[in-house]
Amino acid sequence: MMATAQRIEVTLETRLESVDLAESIVMRVAKASGFDDEDVHKIGMAVREGVINAYNYGNQQDRQKKILLTVELDPEKMVVRVLDEGKGFELAEVPDPLCEENLLRTSGRGLFLMRAFMDEFTVQRGPAGGAEVVMVKSLPRAISDDGRHQQE
Amino acid sequence: MTLQATCRESGGVAVVDFSGKITLGEGSSILRRTVRDLVEQGHRKILLNLSDVDYIDSSGIGELVTAFTMVRNVKGELKLLQLTKRVHDILQITRLFTVFDVQSEEDVALRSFH
Repeated sequence: MMATAQRIEVTLETRLESVDLAESIVMRVAKASGFDDEDVHKIGMAVREGVINAYNYGNQQDRQKKILLTVELDPEKMVVRVLDEGKGFELAEVPDPLCEENLLRTSGRGLFLMRAFMDEFTVQRGPAGGAEVVMVKSLPRAISDDGRHQQE
Repeated sequence: MTLQATCRESGGVAVVDFSGKITLGEGSSILRRTVRDLVEQGHRKILLNLSDVDYIDSSGIGELVTAFTMVRNVKGELKLLQLTKRVHDILQITRLFTVFDVQSEEDVALRSFH
């Protein structure tokens, strides 16, 4: 078990290539942290959706703006943050993609997938006003056989 | 691996064999272009074989929906064939299984077009 928290911070350009790069970085960290292949896939996809969100909607594909990707590991969980330089948004105002009237929308499923693939998901206002997506996944060894978190 | 699309015709149905990832950027563009070209060529029965597509993101899902509505708007039918587990799971959790006609056998899929 890790004794202290570890932190990785990467500043990404607002470019399409950053989506694959962010996914690749976090998948490597997840794999090294002991997640199984399925969880590594889910974490990677959640991060991918987070960076797509920052690229498309937050930074509006403006190459002058940056995307800050942060991965924090402590003995119990992995926390991934994706911060953009956009105007921010209210999660409550995002249409539910599962509603009948939204099923044929061609966008709007990224936040839903992040929530589905991670244990915790929130969106908060960044220090400079952008949106910061925060996603948490419990480390496998922090979960007991019956699926409950172990008490340290 | 980027997305590759190979078109063929079987029993009056345009079948597209996709291979690779349907993700933001090139993959989504190839899907959109392929279906649009088929529609412009007059095809109204389109079957997308996704048996070799092991990854799709929200952008790819959006393109599948775009393709579906594009074909439906010209009174055609677009169906999906042989989903991999990951694509299957994504369509399931996004409730798009209620929208798409998903087939597992090609001969059955070909006969299912009206």
